[in-house]
Amino acid sequence: MPPKSKPAEAKAAAPSEDVSMTDAPEADSPPLILDEHNPAIMAFGQQRIRTVEEQDADLLIQLPGSHEFAASFEFTKEDHTLGNALRYIIMKNPDVEFCGYSIPHPSEELMNIRIQTYKSRGVEGTGANWFAEGTPTEALEKGLNDLIDLCDVVTEKFQGAQEEYGTKMKA
Amino acid sequence: MAPIQPSREELDRRKASHVVGINAETVTNVSSTDFPGHWPGEDNSWSLEEFRNTLKVDMHHSTRTESSFSLIGIDASVANAFRRIMIAEIPSVAIEDVFIHNNTSIIQDEVLCQRLGLVPFQGGKQGIREFLKWHKKANPEVGQPEGESDKFDYNTIILSLKIECTRNKEAEKGESDPLKAYHNAHVYAKDIQFKPFGRQEQYFSGDDAIRPTNPDILIAKLRPGQCIDIDMHAFKGVGSDHAKFSPVATASYRLLPTITITKPILGKDAEKFQRCFPHGVIKLDKVSKKEAMKKGSGYEGHEGQNKAVVLDAMKDTVSRECLRHPEFEGKVKLGRIRDHFIFSVESVGQWESEDLFLESVKVLKTKCEALKKNLSTIDR
Repeated sequence: MPPKSKPAEAKAAAPSEDVSMTDAPEADSPPLILDEHNPAIMAFGQQRIRTVEEQDADLLIQLPGSHEFAASFEFTKEDHTLGNALRYIIMKNPDVEFCGYSIPHPSEELMNIRIQTYKSRGVEGTGANWFAEGTPTEALEKGLNDLIDLCDVVTEKFQGAQEEYGTKMKA
Repeated sequence: MAPIQPSREELDRRKASHVVGINAETVTNVSSTDFPGHWPGEDNSWSLEEFRNTLKVDMHHSTRTESSFSLIGIDASVANAFRRIMIAEIPSVAIEDVFIHNNTSIIQDEVLCQRLGLVPFQGGKQGIREFLKWHKKANPEVGQPEGESDKFDYNTIILSLKIECTRNKEAEKGESDPLKAYHNAHVYAKDIQFKPFGRQEQYFSGDDAIRPTNPDILIAKLRPGQCIDIDMHAFKGVGSDHAKFSPVATASYRLLPTITITKPILGKDAEKFQRCFPHGVIKLDKVSKKEAMKKGSGYEGHEGQNKAVVLDAMKDTVSRECLRHPEFEGKVKLGRIRDHFIFSVESVGQWESEDLFLESVKVLKTKCEALKKNLSTIDR
């Protein structure tokens, strides 16, 4: 059955549609924010990370080995794509003692990341609060930030290579 | 505690560890070890500055539909993320709903629909990437409310295929070629008509019209009297949902091969050695007088003979053929550079091949941004 949509109807359904259609969106602004069914955009509005630790705390069952220095994070709708990249960048963090990821079952869209940080960090001499630096949540956040920075550098370098190739081809 | 200063040999050994060793039956040095705490006396923690300094991108060739480039100085986990995103997470438009009004061809309805779904389309860049939004399928249990539509000009592309096979009256008598004897004996992708509505004319007109990227894809074969009458709706989707939405034909990488000739390979052996590799990998040079004079070089008394020299290891397929012959034993070492990824991206046509890579980087970034926001609102 063909759709009954008319231009007018379509306009009414998407009132804020044509805001910036003529000018190209800036690279930094989140793309297509009005595109509510775009899976990439939907991720901004959904809760996709849970700490398994917290969930168990609710049930008054503490996962063995789960404390301030260790936590598991459950990611919904993520797979090896992000899992392995995030694992790598978190392992690059010197506060992190262990980081690993797993996909418990292939037919569930779930990915778990386990992070353990060094607890003796900052103890020596300074008398600093030793759990003040390097909690698993901070390590995860740093990992995400580092991955974002990495993406920016890759884009920058790739565009540089494109330009170089363009001038080489012209010459 | 004073930092441990690794010895010179130790540093050389570590430097060599970015080469994956390839033996006749086994591989060595497979995993990356650039993590803090792995090597005594080395930091290896994440540094954006260092990454910026070491990352190198080389474009080898690039056309609209095909490109090849090297990413040097990146970890496999990240390179693989880009590859996986190109295959499964970059959106493209493909036929999703097919409404069959009539199909008297011998190809069954469901087979025909499946074939139509796989036909790749292209169209105005701005229209497809910015104007066109995602279509959300109604919940199959609830269904679409009566008289309402969730299909609008900004999320649905309407296409139609209406074709009938007839006899060609002008054909010679006894003509056996169906293409000459009949009209429309073959139904091609180019017979699919785009029906713009609403604001679509603005974005998809002239050269920007929605059309199949390969007009000569054979969809069905007909005989006189048979006809196909179909309406189709194309939506945006991603490859993880169905392969028809994948914007790439192939997106793959391989590691740069290395060939190290440790002892001279001369004369007839050199020719045989050259034949162990694809063309252009090994070249034959003549042993110079100077080399032949040098004691202990292995070239003594071989002046003027052929010697094998590595010309371009990138062309090697790492077939390991040279490791099968006893005469080369101990004379050659094969390897691959662990952080040198030679990407090969072949677009199906909707995206430019180079844009696909840039988009994959953007998708990974957006993903991280969304999860960062998630992390701040995590249930506590």
